[in-house]
Amino acid sequence: MNNLYEKHLMICGATGCLASGSQSVEEALRTELEKHGIKDKFRVVMSGCPGFCEVGPIMVVYPDKVFYCRLKPKDIPEIVEKHLFGGEMVERLLYKGPDVEAPARFFDTIPFYAKQKFNVLRNSGLIDPENIDEYIMRGGYRALTRVLQMEPADICEEVKSSGLRGRGGAGFPTGLKWEFTLKEPGAKKYVVCNADEGDPGAFMDRSILEGDPHTVLEGMLVCGRTTGADEGYIYCRAEYPLAIKRLKIAIEQAEEYGLLGENILGYGFNFKINIKEGAGAFVCGEETALLASIEGKRGMPRPRPPFPAQSGLFGKPTTINNVETLANIPLIVKEGGVEEYIKIGTEGSKGTKVFALAGKVRNTGLCEVPMGITIREIIYDVGGGIKGDREFKAVQAGGPSGGCIPAELLDLPIDYDSLNKAGAIMGSGGLVVMDERTCMVDLARYFLSFTQKESCGKCTPCREGTKRMLEILNRITEGEGKAEDIDTLESLAQSIKDSSLCGLGQTSPNPVLSTIRYFRHEYEEHINDKYCRSGVCKALFNYKIDTERCTGCTACARVCPVDAITGEKKEPHEINQDLCTRCGSCIERCPENCIMITPVEKKADVSS
Amino acid sequence: MNPDTAISDVEARIDLDAVDEIVKPYYGKKEMVIPILQKVQEHYGYLPRPTMERVSYMMRIPLSRLYGVATFYAQFKLKPRGRNIIRVCKGTACHIQGSPKIAARIEEILGIETGETTDDLRFTLEEVACIGACALAPVITINNEPYGRLTADKVQNILDKYQ
Repeated sequence: MNNLYEKHLMICGATGCLASGSQSVEEALRTELEKHGIKDKFRVVMSGCPGFCEVGPIMVVYPDKVFYCRLKPKDIPEIVEKHLFGGEMVERLLYKGPDVEAPARFFDTIPFYAKQKFNVLRNSGLIDPENIDEYIMRGGYRALTRVLQMEPADICEEVKSSGLRGRGGAGFPTGLKWEFTLKEPGAKKYVVCNADEGDPGAFMDRSILEGDPHTVLEGMLVCGRTTGADEGYIYCRAEYPLAIKRLKIAIEQAEEYGLLGENILGYGFNFKINIKEGAGAFVCGEETALLASIEGKRGMPRPRPPFPAQSGLFGKPTTINNVETLANIPLIVKEGGVEEYIKIGTEGSKGTKVFALAGKVRNTGLCEVPMGITIREIIYDVGGGIKGDREFKAVQAGGPSGGCIPAELLDLPIDYDSLNKAGAIMGSGGLVVMDERTCMVDLARYFLSFTQKESCGKCTPCREGTKRMLEILNRITEGEGKAEDIDTLESLAQSIKDSSLCGLGQTSPNPVLSTIRYFRHEYEEHINDKYCRSGVCKALFNYKIDTERCTGCTACARVCPVDAITGEKKEPHEINQDLCTRCGSCIERCPENCIMITPVEKKADVSS
Repeated sequence: MNPDTAISDVEARIDLDAVDEIVKPYYGKKEMVIPILQKVQEHYGYLPRPTMERVSYMMRIPLSRLYGVATFYAQFKLKPRGRNIIRVCKGTACHIQGSPKIAARIEEILGIETGETTDDLRFTLEEVACIGACALAPVITINNEPYGRLTADKVQNILDKYQ
């Protein structure tokens, strides 16, 4: 029999918090409860991600909803004594930040959560992801029982009228996609869940899988029931071991409950789900490449048509949806779901979107916001502004297929269409915030080196074109740029866009085009003045100590790996430019912010 | 012969029984070749040539096709790897927070380039597209143990923990 607990202690067991040490906090907590003989009164759960990775490890105590952050094992005895026995919050472990006046409790008062709307992440952090009962108690599998009693065409209509668009990249209407497969004849069809979240800087799908795996299974079941498929595959990155483990547990439990397998709930509907682990190839996020990979081949895309809806996995009609898209489905097809769903969002983009907020923003983590929210609201209200109060420069949306959005467009409402117009894409939802210390030329170079490496090599424009573009960008960042380089980049980019077969190739020049569009002056500065104002491209700047402000604290000299910094204690220090490798250790360490980025001075004597 | 696929003396003496055990449940299922290679690599640490030949023979898949698959995916390694695997995250968030500086420092300390293994097999240095711990950027993992919010000067102490 299930024990009734006085409190539930939800420790975030997602990758972000695990990396900041939540495992040892959990162990400390279990030991402490054991020691006091109260482990039957308080339940410890390694939960899904509450999103606020910045302040991890996080523990939320229910039903009090008290939010403890930045926990260390040594904090645990105090929590047990004061909170669990004494019923008092441990104030020093609550959230504190420049955006709150007093230490804050959970959702009520933490600004990070104030503008969020939890649809897809409704269960994440709130339930034990390894326990199907908790998912069911939160209304789980109710959408499935409803659609089992409906005609497939009617379910399809509901998904269409919700206006749901694919959350994985291009934003294709999900209902329409389902209808294509539904209308295909054939007894054998497949549902494929694309969990090959490869965009660097995006981790929302992983968090959904880790925090609420059943919602994805339910989405797949509904899709199978609608399109007439009886088998599903989840193609998940091997780099996400925890997500895979939780999916396996979820599948086992669903099978045990008769929610997966033969004759589900007695309605004569059969469905089984297999997990396929990816083996590390970004291009496998592209649907035809993904199918090839499931079939055990090199993951190379093929031309469409035929579309997967006509001839997909093993040549059978196949519906491919992304994790977040499927996680939306149970909300839409539940009783009265569509009416609720379309209340949120904009004309062309309904519902919410989960974004992974990273880079130089104060509150990094995962957030779910209504479509139509502005970039300013995401960065300054949810994200708490720029780290170290530096100046905002741009935000990269949509990863290596997307583009950057500059400060002028901060008030742009985010949806599929507005982002496209600005030269970026929704993509999977990575938002990487950049400040004045991010070099836009280097950023473009970084993304291109990524797509170049991940190009599967099938199409010449992508394989060779990105290589040529990368060579030019490498030259520019090394100070060897030529005046005509910008034009050459633009013309190469256009050819690659026009003539590549798959999405990876077609979108690979986007980061270059959008940085040229909004930050052309930085390119020009690199090429003409041989100066990188952001202090990133090593050949194009010097570090210099502002001798007026230097207090001679010696912090920089101690951290310098090549002993290039000299100076007496309490006297201004100096950097020897011949020795300096521009590793940046000093500028990170300087407490006075008095190390400046300056153009390379031309030396008077040229003797070497 | 391609130096990546040449058989060393050590490899020539490899016990192939494990390969047989791994392949057995998958007889005739050519689409399972990726999971098979994943399991073989898990057992041997990488994909030695004799194991590839054995898989090829048992699965009736041409060796060339098998190598085609193995070289396509970043996960598969054709050379032995070090006792400790360092992975530097090259995700966007890590990049703009300075992961290139971290990688450069590790390369300098170990005297190897990314993708290489030290001669004493103590370390292999790799990069990974994104481990999704962007909030802790820049991040490296050593044997899957993550180290976040790194600066170059912390690297030496971390490496010293691994022998």
